[in-house]
Amino acid sequence: MANLTLVQAINLALIQEMEDDDRVILLGQDIGINGGVFRVTEGLFQRFGADRVVDTPLAESGIIGTSIGLAMAGLRPVPEIQFEGFLGPAYDQLCSHAARMRVRTRGAFTVPLTLRVPCGGGIHAPELHSDSPEAIYAHQPGLKVVMPASPYDAKGLLISAIRDPDPVIFFEPKRIYRAFREEVPEDEYTIPLGKARIVTEGEEITMISWGASVIECMNAIEASGRSIELVDLRTIYPIDTETIVNSVKKTGRAVIVHEAPKTGGLGAEIASRIMEHCFLYLEAPIQRVAGFDTIMPYYKLEHEYLPDATRIGKAIEEITAY
Amino acid sequence: MPVKTVFKTSIEHISILDENGKFDEKLGKGLIPDKDLVKLYEHMVTCRHFDEVAFKLQRSGRMGTYPENRGQEATSLGAAYALRKTDWLVPCYRENAGLYWHGLPMEFVLLHWMGDERGNQIPDDVKMTPLAIPIGTQMLHATGLAWAAKYRGEDTIACTFFGDGASSEGDFHEAANFAANLDIPVIFFCQNNGWAISVPTKTQCSAPTLAQRGIAFGMDCIQIDGNDIFAVVKVVREAAERARKHKRPTFIEALTYRLGDHTTADDSRRYRDEAEVEVWIQRDPMIRLRKYMTDRKLWDDQKQKVAEENAKREVSATVKRAEEIADPEIKGFFDAMYAELPEELKRQRDTMRTSSIGQDPNQIESPLHAH
Repeated sequence: MANLTLVQAINLALIQEMEDDDRVILLGQDIGINGGVFRVTEGLFQRFGADRVVDTPLAESGIIGTSIGLAMAGLRPVPEIQFEGFLGPAYDQLCSHAARMRVRTRGAFTVPLTLRVPCGGGIHAPELHSDSPEAIYAHQPGLKVVMPASPYDAKGLLISAIRDPDPVIFFEPKRIYRAFREEVPEDEYTIPLGKARIVTEGEEITMISWGASVIECMNAIEASGRSIELVDLRTIYPIDTETIVNSVKKTGRAVIVHEAPKTGGLGAEIASRIMEHCFLYLEAPIQRVAGFDTIMPYYKLEHEYLPDATRIGKAIEEITAY
Repeated sequence: MPVKTVFKTSIEHISILDENGKFDEKLGKGLIPDKDLVKLYEHMVTCRHFDEVAFKLQRSGRMGTYPENRGQEATSLGAAYALRKTDWLVPCYRENAGLYWHGLPMEFVLLHWMGDERGNQIPDDVKMTPLAIPIGTQMLHATGLAWAAKYRGEDTIACTFFGDGASSEGDFHEAANFAANLDIPVIFFCQNNGWAISVPTKTQCSAPTLAQRGIAFGMDCIQIDGNDIFAVVKVVREAAERARKHKRPTFIEALTYRLGDHTTADDSRRYRDEAEVEVWIQRDPMIRLRKYMTDRKLWDDQKQKVAEENAKREVSATVKRAEEIADPEIKGFFDAMYAELPEELKRQRDTMRTSSIGQDPNQIESPLHAH
């Protein structure tokens, strides 16, 4: 066991997967000698060499498009896009090709790539360095979308993602890259994709969240003094409907918290699934605490945009009082 | 000296068998053995007939939209002939002749345009990617495929086909830049057929050649007469050698012409002159090759007749095979979405005709009805 930050846990997962499987290669901007702008790939260039930790030209579509070719040839590329705000140029390759290749070739070709992308706000970064676009990719059939909320989960989920035979977008919430440490086993372990985690058990409310917002939820739950079951989604697509539904059947109340804009966010999908599966158990309307339908403000206002313990606490009060 | 020239270049154009059937012995001698030449021509006869039949299938409602290949047979065929079976062909969608030569069963292309994904289910031993619909995107896949081969220490290379229009796409520039800077063995084969649907090449590129785009990436580049199969074979062989031995990419601009419409949904009379088409009909890659082979006593009218009869038989059998394949089932489509189907998708698959998709049938049946 080692006490690791989320960044260190990801770094460890990458090292172990690269040691185990020479099909795993990393590519992206500044990931080589520089170790990545967040130092996630620190030391890997020195350890594995320039053939396996590749500094590419500055071209997001190129990074994903070539990763697709590498994956179609049977490698396990792990590309990095530096910030979620720069996924735009790669969207076409991700959605027009990576997501569709298996089904449009009826399995003749598959694209087992794992795209690592730092995401979310809260670090006073410049414009387009703080967005939360996970719902866009969860809406694209053929992709899987993952977002860890702890160092332990980050390692186990990333190893699963790399070993997954389909394309996975692995969003890394940069706000908690170094926010806290956690005991992380040295040995390799996997956390299955598509399975949520019950962070705290509770009886009164089910709170569903993912990524850095999970930490805000924990703070709000502690402050409320109530018995609240916190579900960390961990995988955003496919959603673990069963864990959510079982919890809501027990509590009868659901609050969904996410950093991404409210309209069309995953909260809407989760609310619908609760309606589809356990409508008659509900004691109150489902609440959403989300980012606003604005663009992510520049950092002077980002604290207003991000769902924090105060806003989440308000939702706890309102849903309890209903 | 404050001002000096730091870089100068030029672009060569290669033509071996010109449109009048005149052959450049110096460049072309020994390039393609006579026996192979006859086979290549016979293959073109089959592909041309396939194209006519595919067009008629669309017109008679037996197939969806189809892009005619007519007039461009020499490019992809010459390239496929010059490459190894183990090399990757990464096509756009007007390369039937090369794909069939490389081993793709002909009915696959029909299935694709008949709206059946199984037309993309490329057999394991045929090294090609399926037709790519979004323009220019496949060049990055070719670069990745060739990169993987290099990573594994294999001498496999990739050759990707695209048009003049695709050379305007960002992905072309990104692929060329990756390949050149990371030393990836890929051939960028641009079929400049004059038109990107209704937009002429001059709107894609105001420089004298498209070939010179490769110079900016530091790669070898050359322009050829794309309707001259000898020129195609010569430059693709050289590019393949450069890729295999030195891991360097090449940009080839092949001047050709789309004699048909963009697709069966297009009417090219709206935007181009009949006179221009007439000129290019004379430059047809098959006319000059037939003339050359006839002059060399490799070919005659009787052989032509036999080739056409064989083509008819083969294409007709191909159409029969494509039309006899039972329609795909929706269950199989769901199941091909992921290696392991997520629960929600299973639910949608299993309830698609019995319930609103995704609804838990138990909830519909029991508690609600009880109220």
